[in-house]
Amino acid sequence: MKTRRIDNYGKINRDKILSFSWDKKNYKGFEGDTLASALLANNIGIVGRSFKYHRPRGIFSSGVEESGALVTIGSKDRRDPNVRATTQELYNGLEASGQNAFPNVNFDLAGINNYLGRFFAAGFYYKTFMGIPPLEWGKGTAIWMFFEKFIRKAAGMGSSSGLPDPDTYEHAHDFCDLIVVGSGPAGVAAAIEAAEKKLDVILVEQDSLIGGNQLAENDFDNSQIKNQLENLGIKIMTRTTAFGLYDNCVVGLLERVTDHISAPNVNFPRQRFWTIRAKHIIVGAGAIERHIAFNNNDIPGVMTVNASKHYLNRYGVLTGKSIVIATNNDSVYETAHQLSEAGANVTVLDSRTNFEIETNKSFEIRKGYVPYNINGSKKIDSLDISKSETINKSETINCDQVLLSGGWSPAVHLLSHRGVKPKWDYKNACFLPSDTKENITMVGSSRGLWNKNDCIASGIAGTTSALNRLGISKTNYFFPKPGGWKNPIQPLYEVKYKKSRSKSFVDYQHDVTTDDVRLAHREGFISVEHLKRYTTLGMANDQGKMGNIIGLSLMAELLNKEIPEVGTTVFRPPYTPVSIGALSGRNVGKHFRPLRVTPMHQWNIDHGAKMIEVGLYQRPWYYPKENETLSDSYIREASTVRKTVGICDVTSLGKIAIQGPDSNEFLNRIYSNGFSKLQVGKARYGIMLRDDGIVMDDGTSWRLAENEYFMTTSTGEAAKVMSWLEELLQTRWTDLNVNVTSVSEQWAGVSVAGPKSREVLNNCVDDSFVITNNNLPFMGVTSTFLKGNIPCRIARISFSGELAFEVYVKSDFANTMMDLLWENAKKYDGCLYGLEALGALRVEKGHVTAAELDGRVTIDDAGLSKMASTKKSYIGSAMRKRGVLKNNDREILVGFFPVNLKETFNAGTIVCEKNNIKGQGIGRITSVTYSPELGHWIGLGFVKGGLDKWKDTNLVGADPVRNKQMNLKVVSPHMIDPKGERMYA
Amino acid sequence: MIRINCPYCGERDHSEFSYGGDATINYPSLDASEKDWTEAIFFRKNIKGFQFETWHHSNGCRMWLVVERSTVTHEIKSVKPCHPDLQKVVENNK
Repeated sequence: MKTRRIDNYGKINRDKILSFSWDKKNYKGFEGDTLASALLANNIGIVGRSFKYHRPRGIFSSGVEESGALVTIGSKDRRDPNVRATTQELYNGLEASGQNAFPNVNFDLAGINNYLGRFFAAGFYYKTFMGIPPLEWGKGTAIWMFFEKFIRKAAGMGSSSGLPDPDTYEHAHDFCDLIVVGSGPAGVAAAIEAAEKKLDVILVEQDSLIGGNQLAENDFDNSQIKNQLENLGIKIMTRTTAFGLYDNCVVGLLERVTDHISAPNVNFPRQRFWTIRAKHIIVGAGAIERHIAFNNNDIPGVMTVNASKHYLNRYGVLTGKSIVIATNNDSVYETAHQLSEAGANVTVLDSRTNFEIETNKSFEIRKGYVPYNINGSKKIDSLDISKSETINKSETINCDQVLLSGGWSPAVHLLSHRGVKPKWDYKNACFLPSDTKENITMVGSSRGLWNKNDCIASGIAGTTSALNRLGISKTNYFFPKPGGWKNPIQPLYEVKYKKSRSKSFVDYQHDVTTDDVRLAHREGFISVEHLKRYTTLGMANDQGKMGNIIGLSLMAELLNKEIPEVGTTVFRPPYTPVSIGALSGRNVGKHFRPLRVTPMHQWNIDHGAKMIEVGLYQRPWYYPKENETLSDSYIREASTVRKTVGICDVTSLGKIAIQGPDSNEFLNRIYSNGFSKLQVGKARYGIMLRDDGIVMDDGTSWRLAENEYFMTTSTGEAAKVMSWLEELLQTRWTDLNVNVTSVSEQWAGVSVAGPKSREVLNNCVDDSFVITNNNLPFMGVTSTFLKGNIPCRIARISFSGELAFEVYVKSDFANTMMDLLWENAKKYDGCLYGLEALGALRVEKGHVTAAELDGRVTIDDAGLSKMASTKKSYIGSAMRKRGVLKNNDREILVGFFPVNLKETFNAGTIVCEKNNIKGQGIGRITSVTYSPELGHWIGLGFVKGGLDKWKDTNLVGADPVRNKQMNLKVVSPHMIDPKGERMYA
Repeated sequence: MIRINCPYCGERDHSEFSYGGDATINYPSLDASEKDWTEAIFFRKNIKGFQFETWHHSNGCRMWLVVERSTVTHEIKSVKPCHPDLQKVVENNK
C-alpha cells in the first residue's frame, strides 16, 4: 500500500518508528503522530461506521471536534471505546479497532440501514412508543420494550469492556492568580504578560504540544516559546483539558497522564482530575472550522481545510492528491497554496463572486461555485459542482478529497458554562462571546479574531483587564475588533439540490441530516432545545462542535427568522468527555467513603467478631463459636446476657461534653422530658424533638458535676445532634453560657449487661463499694477507676432490660478495659455480644432505635408520651400538638407475635386487616428478631390505633416482596419484663 | 463551586460547609403558639437575588455563619458569625 507520508514536511520524529495495530493488522507510524495521522499516512480511509445508517466514515478533523473517527483503543479490561483518533497520540504497541460495525468497518452488514433511512429518521426512537401504524399495534411501552434491545445494539457506538477498571485515577487541587486556557498566540501572550506582572500563572493546553493552531503552520517551532514560558515560572500543563468553568473562578481540568505511553509506570494514575481555584480566567480556546451540508458530504475523504493543513505541516501527511476545497471565506487560501506546493492538484470553489485574493496561481479558483454532491461510497470518486445562485448540474470534477470550510465558530463553550449567552455576529457569521461580570476574559480567535497579530494584542489586553479587575493596575486597554479577513465571509450552511434523494449531514456523529431538521420542524419541534433532543443534533462526544450552527441556520430558514432569534443551545460541561474513573478518583471500593472503627476494633476481631457496617462505623455483628451461624450465635449471645453476663462495644454512640453555667437550662430546653431536677451523679434518658414536633433522637445525659454533663446520642444521629446543639447556641439562644464539644473519639464505651454484670464489675473496679445498689442505683453515674489505675465513668443504664452498666474509658485504655472485663466475664460463663444480639434484646424490651425513629414518628406514636413534659416548654412542644400529629388515625408502636408461633416474618412486612390486604395497609413492621426468651419470632412496628384497638383481633402480615403472608397478633411492645424488675435488681 | 470566606478560617470550598437555612427567621419563644411556630418553620420566601442564609463550617471551625448570597449568581457579599457577640469581636478585629 502506498503511503501518503511525504518527505520534508511535519514535526514528527522520523527516527523513532512506532508500530501499532488497526483492526488486528499491523502498521507503522512515527513518534509525534496521532492515531488519525498514522491511519491517514497508511492510506486507511474508512475508520468507522456511522451511528444509525452504518455509512462508512473517515477522519473529518484533526482535533477534539472530531465526529467521525471514533475508535476503540486497547483490549480486555483496558478497552476504551469512542476515543477520538484525532487526539489519541500514537505509542508503540497501540491497539485500535473500528466500532459499530460487523464484521468490520470496511464491510459492514448493517450498511443495509443506509437504504432503510426513512425508518430511522428523526424521532424514530420515540415513535416506537406509538405502536406500528395503522393500528398502533403495541402502543404504550410494549413495542418499545420489544425493540429497545435491538435498537440499542444496532445504534450504539463502541462498547465498554464490562470489566473493573484496572487503572487508578487521582484528584488534585491547585490555586493560582490567573489560569490561561489554550496556548495559541493569544493565550501565550496573555500568560507572558501576566507572569511579567508577577502573577502566578497556570497555562493549560489540551494538546501534547503548546502552540494552538500554529502547530498547523509549516515554519512554527514552539521550543523558544516554551523556554520563555518556563523561565517566567509559568506552570504549563499539556495534555490537560479545561472541561468546565464553575462558580468563583473554579476550573475543572482533566490531565491525561499515561494515555500516550505504551507501558506506563504502574505508580502513575492514568488521569488526574484537577480542581483549580483561580482569581481570574483567560480563555483562548480558539475557533473550530465548520463544514457545509450537501449531498453525501460524509464520504471518507471529506475533511475540514484546517485539518488537512495540520496533517501536512505537523504530521507530514498529504491527505489527498486531487483536492477540491469548498469555502465561503478567506481562511483556506494559505492551505490551498501549501497543498499544491506539496504536490497536490488543488481547485478552490469559493461561493463568493466578488472578492480579491493574492495567490501564486498554483491552483485554480472557481469563484461563485459550490459543491452539491459527492459521487462514491467508500471513497470519493468525483464531485458535482454548480454555480452558487441556482443549483443545476453543471460540472463534475474528478478528485479524491473534498476539503470544506463553511466558516469558523469561536469556542465559546467554557463561557457558556457560566450561563453567558453568546451573541450572533452577522458580519463574521458566528457566535461571539458576550461580556460577563465574572473574572473571565475571552481572547484570540475564541473572541472572533482571525489573524495572529490581533490574537496577540487581545491576549495582552486580556491580562491588562484581569490586572484591573484584580485591583493590581489601572491601565487602559482595548481589544481588536472581531474579524480580520480581507474579504467578508458569505454565509453558506447548506447546498440544496432537490433532484436527488439526498443525505446531507448536519451532525456526522449522530447521522442527523438536513431532512431530519426539516422533519423536526414539520412535527413541531422548533425550539432549539427540542430540535436537539428530537434529532439528537449536537449530542454525544463532539457536542455539535462542527454541526450545531448548520442546524440552527436551517431551523432559522424554516421559521423565516434570523439565527439569533432561533437562539443557541446551552453548552454544558464537560467540553470533551471525562471518564467516570477520573470523576471518582480514588474514592472507589473500600475508599468510597471514610471508615470509622472503634479503639477496640482489632480486639473485637481478635476475639472472633464478625463485623458489620453501621453508617461509617464497623461494629461487631456477632461472635460465632466454631461452626455457629449468625442465628446460632446471636441467639446464644442474647440468652447468655439474660442468664449471666455479656459485654458489647458501644463506642460508636455519639458523645458530647456539655459545660457551662447554663447547661441545665440548655438540656431542659432541648429534651422533651424534664432535666431541671437531675442531680449530680445521675443520668437520664431523654428524647429530642425537631422544631416541627417529630422525634429527632434519643439518648442519655449524665450530670457529672453542677455545670458539666456527658451526653450520649444514637450512632446514626451523632453528627446531626452535634450540629443542632451548635446551631441553637450560636443562632437562637445566644445568651446561654454553654459550651458543647464532641468527645465521641475520646471515649471508648462498653455495655456490661446481665444478672452477673455487677459481679464482673466488682472484680474490675478499684473500689467495688462505689457500684453497690445503694451507691449506684438505676440511672446512677460515678467517676471511678478500673484496676490498674484507669480512670473511668460508669452509669447504670440498660438497653437490654437487664441489670446493666455502661463503662467509658479514655480511648487509649480501650483494649486494657476489654481484657479486664472479658477475663472476669468468662468466670461467670459470660459472652461477648454483637449488634444482632443487642437488637434481639432491645426488641424484646420494646426499646426503639433508628428503625422506629425514622423521622415520621412523634413521641406519642413511639408510645413515649410519658417522656413529654407538661410542666415546661421545649423544642417541638408547640408543634407536636398540631392537628395532623394528634390524629386518631396515627400509627402507634406495638409488638407483634405470629399467631402460629412456628412462623417467621421479616421487617418491612405490611400489616393489613384480614379482608383488606392491599396498599399500605394499616401498619408496618420495623424490627424483627427471634426471641430466645420467648422461644419464637417477635417484631416491633406500628399500627393505626395501636394495641388498644387490635389486641383481640388477628391481623395479616403481607410481605409481597418475599411472596409471604402470615397471621399476626398485636401485643404490648414490652414483650418481656414489662415492669422492669430485672433492670432495678 | 462556591467559595466562602470564613471569618475564622479564611476562604474555603463550600464542600467544607453545610447549608443551614434562612438566617432572617426570628424563632418564637418556646412557649409561643402553634401558629407562630408554623409561621417560623414552614413559610419561606423564594428570593431571587441576595438573601441571608446560615451555613455551618462543619468540616472546619464548626462555627455557624450568616452568608449573604445571590441565589442567581452565587455571588457572596458578606460572611459573618451568627452569634452577635462574635460578630462584634470579628468587626473589632478588622
